[in-house]
Formats: sequence, C-alpha cells, structure tokens
Amino acid sequence: MNHSPSIRLIDLSTGYTTPKRQIVIANRINATINQGELTCLLGANGAGKSTLLRTLSGFQPPLAGEIQLMGKSLKAYSDKQLARVIGVVLTDKCEIRNMSVMELVGLGRSPYTGFWGTLGETDREIVHQALARVKIERFARRMIQTLSDGERQKVMIAKALAQETPIIFLDEPTAFLDFPSKVEIMQLLHELSRGMGKTVFMSTHDLELALQIADKIWLMDREKGLRVGTPEDLALDGALDHFFEREGVAFDEETGLFRIDHTFQRVVRLEGEGSRYAMARKALARNGIQAERGLDASLTIRCGATPGAPFTIITPDGEKEVRTIEELLRLVD
Amino acid sequence: MKRPTCLYMLFLGAGIFLFFLLNLVLGSVHIPFPAIWHILWGTEPESEVWTNIIWKSRIPQTITAMVAGAGLAVSGLQMQTVFRNPLAGPSMLGISSGASLGVAFVVLLSGSIGGVALSRLGYMGELALTIAAIAGALSVMALIAFISQKVKGNVTLLIIGVMIGYVASAIIGVLKYFSVEEDIRAYVIWGLGSFSRVSGDQMTLFVSIMLVLLPLSFLLIKTLNLLLLGENYARNLGLNIKRARLLVICSAGILTAIVTAYCGPINFLGLAVPHLCRALFQSSDHRVLMPASLLTGAALALACNLIARAPGFEGALPVNSVTALIGAPVVMSVLFNKKRNEIRE
Repeated sequence: MNHSPSIRLIDLSTGYTTPKRQIVIANRINATINQGELTCLLGANGAGKSTLLRTLSGFQPPLAGEIQLMGKSLKAYSDKQLARVIGVVLTDKCEIRNMSVMELVGLGRSPYTGFWGTLGETDREIVHQALARVKIERFARRMIQTLSDGERQKVMIAKALAQETPIIFLDEPTAFLDFPSKVEIMQLLHELSRGMGKTVFMSTHDLELALQIADKIWLMDREKGLRVGTPEDLALDGALDHFFEREGVAFDEETGLFRIDHTFQRVVRLEGEGSRYAMARKALARNGIQAERGLDASLTIRCGATPGAPFTIITPDGEKEVRTIEELLRLVD
Repeated sequence: MKRPTCLYMLFLGAGIFLFFLLNLVLGSVHIPFPAIWHILWGTEPESEVWTNIIWKSRIPQTITAMVAGAGLAVSGLQMQTVFRNPLAGPSMLGISSGASLGVAFVVLLSGSIGGVALSRLGYMGELALTIAAIAGALSVMALIAFISQKVKGNVTLLIIGVMIGYVASAIIGVLKYFSVEEDIRAYVIWGLGSFSRVSGDQMTLFVSIMLVLLPLSFLLIKTLNLLLLGENYARNLGLNIKRARLLVICSAGILTAIVTAYCGPINFLGLAVPHLCRALFQSSDHRVLMPASLLTGAALALACNLIARAPGFEGALPVNSVTALIGAPVVMSVLFNKKRNEIRE
C-alpha cells in the first residue's frame, strides 16, 4: 500500500475573521496526512479541531498559508471538483424525515448525477457497494428517523463512500455512541483506509480508542501547537504524557494508554496472580488503597488462583475468607 | 417512481378534473351539465346569460384558483426546505406583507389624497391594485434576497423576514388610521383573498406568467434535495449554498408575489399542502414532492373555491376562511395518523 501524503498543510493558520480583527486559532501548521492511513485529531474542547476540519473541507478560508489536496491547491478546486475529492461526515444532526437510507446514500452520488439527480445503473451499483462496505444493507429501506445514532453515523459514512472521494473527513464520528459502536466505527474507518487506500482524517475525544486504532495521531493545543506522529512515537517521546497533563490522569508507559491516577491513603500487601489478583488490585486502588506484591503492610490479602476461589484476608489477629470483591472491600474498610 | 406514487398522482389528477367540472356546474345559478358542454365546445347555442356566467365568471375563477393553489403550494414547499422549518410558508419573509403594503398605499392613499375611492375606479383600479401588490411584494423580496447574501444563518434570515413583515403591518396600521372608512373596507376585502377578482383578460396574463414560473421552479429540484441534508453536507456535495438560497428564495418569492397580487393574501394552502404531500407520499424527495404539491395545491384550491361558493353562501365566503377551516383539520388528522404510523414502526 502506498502511504504517500495526500494532504499537505503549508504554514496554515486557521481561525475566524471578524470585521474588527482576526482570531487565530491554529498558527502556522506544517504537516501532512497520508493516504491509506487513519489519522486521528485529538485535543481538548476549544483546541481548534473543528475549525481545522472546516478549513480543510473548504467550508471556511484559511487565514494564511496553503492546503494541498492530491498535489493541487485547495483554492484551485471548483465546488464541483471538490465534491469528488472530499467526503465529509459532520456532527450536524440530520433531521430528515421520510427519507430512506438508500435515498440518503444515493444523495452522495450528487456530484456525478445529472440535472435531476436521477441515479443511473452504475450509481445504484456504487450505492449498494457503499451500503455493503458499512454492513447496513439490511436496513437500506428504513427511514432515517427510525435509526439509532450509531446506525445513522454509519449511513453518513456510507454516503461519504458513495461520493467516491479519495479523502474522507469526519468530525467526531464516535461522539454520542455506546462503546461497542465506537469500536465498530473506528475499526470500520481503519479498514476503509487500509482496504480502499482512502485518506481518513477524523477528530475525536475517544483517546483510548484512537491510541489503539489510529495510524497517526495529531495532538492539537492552542498553546503547545500541533504534534504529529504514530501513537507509539508520541508515547515514547513523552508528548502524550505532557499533552494531557492534568491531576488524576497518568500515562501508563507500559500499555501506551492513559489510566486514572489514584492517590493512596493506605497500603496492603496483595498476593496471588491472574485476573483475580488484577481485579482485587483495581478495586482497592479505586478506594485509595495501594495493593502490590511484596509491600510491607500489616494487612495481607491472598487471592486464589482458580475461578471461584476465595480471597483470604490475613491480619495479625487471624484469617478470614470472602468470595466477592464487594465483601472484601467491606472488610478492608 | 414507485407504484403507489404513480397511483396517487393519477388520483390527484382525477381529483383536479372532477373539482374543475364541479366548479363549472355548481353555483348560485343552476346550469345543467349538457348546457355547459355545449357552451364550452360551442356546439349548440345556449342562453346568453348562461354563456356569460360560464365564460366570464366561472371559468376564470376556476382556472385562477387552480393555478394560484399550485403556485402557493410549490412556493411553500420551497420555503420549508430552504429554511428547514416546517412552519415556513409563502407568507413568511414578509413577502405577502409587502404586497399588502403596496395595496394599502394605493387603496388607502388614493381616497385621502386623490379624493376618489379606488373601489369606484373599476378596471383601472383593479390594475392599479395588482401593480401595487407586485411592486410591494417584489421590493420586499429583493430586500430579503439581498440580506440572504449577507447573513449566514437561516434562522437569522427568517427572523429578519418576519421583522420586515411586522414593519409592513405597522405601516399599514398607520395608513389605515388616516384613511376613510370606505377605503379601509376595500382594503380589508382585498385582504380576505378571493379567486373571483381576476377578470378574463387579467386571468390570461396571470395564467401565462404562472405557466412560465412553475416549470422554472422545477429546475431547482436537485438543489432542494441537497438542501435537505443541511448546508454543510450540501456544500460538500458541490452545491453553491449562497446561490442556491438566492434562487430558491427568488423562485418562491416571485410565485407568492404574483399569486398575492391577483388573489390577495391566501394564507393556508402554502403551509399545509407540503405537509399533506410528505405524509401522503411518505417521501421527502422533491422529484416526487414538487409535482405532488403542485397537483394537491391545485386540487385543494378548487375544493376550497367550491365550498366558498356553495349554496347558502351565495355572497361567496372569503377564501382564506375556507382554506383554514377545511385545511387545518385535514392536515392535523394526516399528521396525527403519521405519528401513529411512526410509532408502529
């Protein structure tokens, strides 16, 4: 797969122009986005993710600098040409009634259809392929208003696929979805970038998922600027750790993911291994108790290795066995 | 087109034909059907009174109602789509208020300044009214079109339009205060709306204008379908939003302006018909909705005209009262049924 850059940002500044002054949100960005890759744009609220996406989509002009798409300046594209290069999935909630999924995905063919927007044989074939790619053929005839948020998001992705653009921009496609749907959408997008060689660029707040699935991460911050790299490189050079520096959040170097940083009031010694050990440790940490092997403490908890085996609490006064974490927590308190 | 869609269209066509005939047959003077047939085709001579009633009164009125209903419905559909607002209608944006303002100026000032009540001027007066209404409506529309290129949000534009409507109403109020009673009455009657005001010659002009405008509005079908997705999605699919908005507003505005000029402000049809069609055809595709609205609008206007002239109401009820009295319950029941259907899904 060819991973050459399909989008280049050259000294790009984004923001808004009001009659009185310019409000710069991102200043002089230089970066590239590769085709065949899923790139995730991360950043806190107000970091300028949406503004950047809007600027890249041609919805608002850049304050300075240039955007090159497929080796050609964004400005050089006409509205019609751009519609065949960029497909978007937005946060705008489509409040359309009485339109079937098939019809909506069919509207994605608009840049190719004629004056009345009637779909030809080829168009219909492409719509069917798009539905199949996103695995929503079974509700092709359903009305948009009867779909769940996750299903609707897939329909909009199918619309972008029907548009047959080499580039797809998505603004927080996983917001408001339940966890399995988030994973499904992210995997789908990754698959589209890999399988079809599309350039997929999306903004998201789902840090964990992005770090696991994305090929490249863009970290955006109004003060610190933009950092770009694979999730692993950003982890190794400490960029991720610094980026989300905040009390209570810690970057786990071992897993490359974030975890909640607890402050501990007590320590206990925890013995055993496997999932029962891990779960006991997690539950105790949540309650402000640091529990590790080999710690020096007056209280020891021994975890059984087999499923259903008891937890044994050992104090200088004696031993006590409990079956569940809930009982364990009650006694330790 | 899907089978039921075709069927509904045929049904609507038949409805228009039926109402058209009924409009010719029914009225305060009873004319038997064979006589109407003879008068229409000129095969056998019939009484001169009957011939005059048919050609000078009923036919112009029927055709006017049909064309005006179609125009208002199409205009309402365009407004609802471009503003993504189910409450939008042709009277939004102050375009009909503009027409009213134009008429108010002519009617109310002619009495106070010229010393002649316009109602006594006959044909010239009628023409002056039409021209004043078109001038008023089109100048408000031009103002709105200009503003639509300056402001971004749809809601902003809608509010500005409604504000312009209020300003126009306020000016009319002031004019009324300084006018003689006879003129105010003439103005109020104009405001009630009527399909019978258009005489033979003017009807030809009205219908020819509408026969040009209605097909032109069909050219915006793909644009309207894209606008359904919202501005950003539409733009991403290659639509020039500013131009699209300008074209749709102008199309809907001119249709409303012309109809209002000839028939007075007809309130209800433009708002209700698109809703009726969406529910009936279970579609939001303008390739279906545009012809459907046109046909439904025409049929409904004919039906309303028929009721306004029904025996017992010899003086002819104001069309506006009929459209709302008949239309509102129909629309409510259709929407109510639609809700139930959706829940069942």
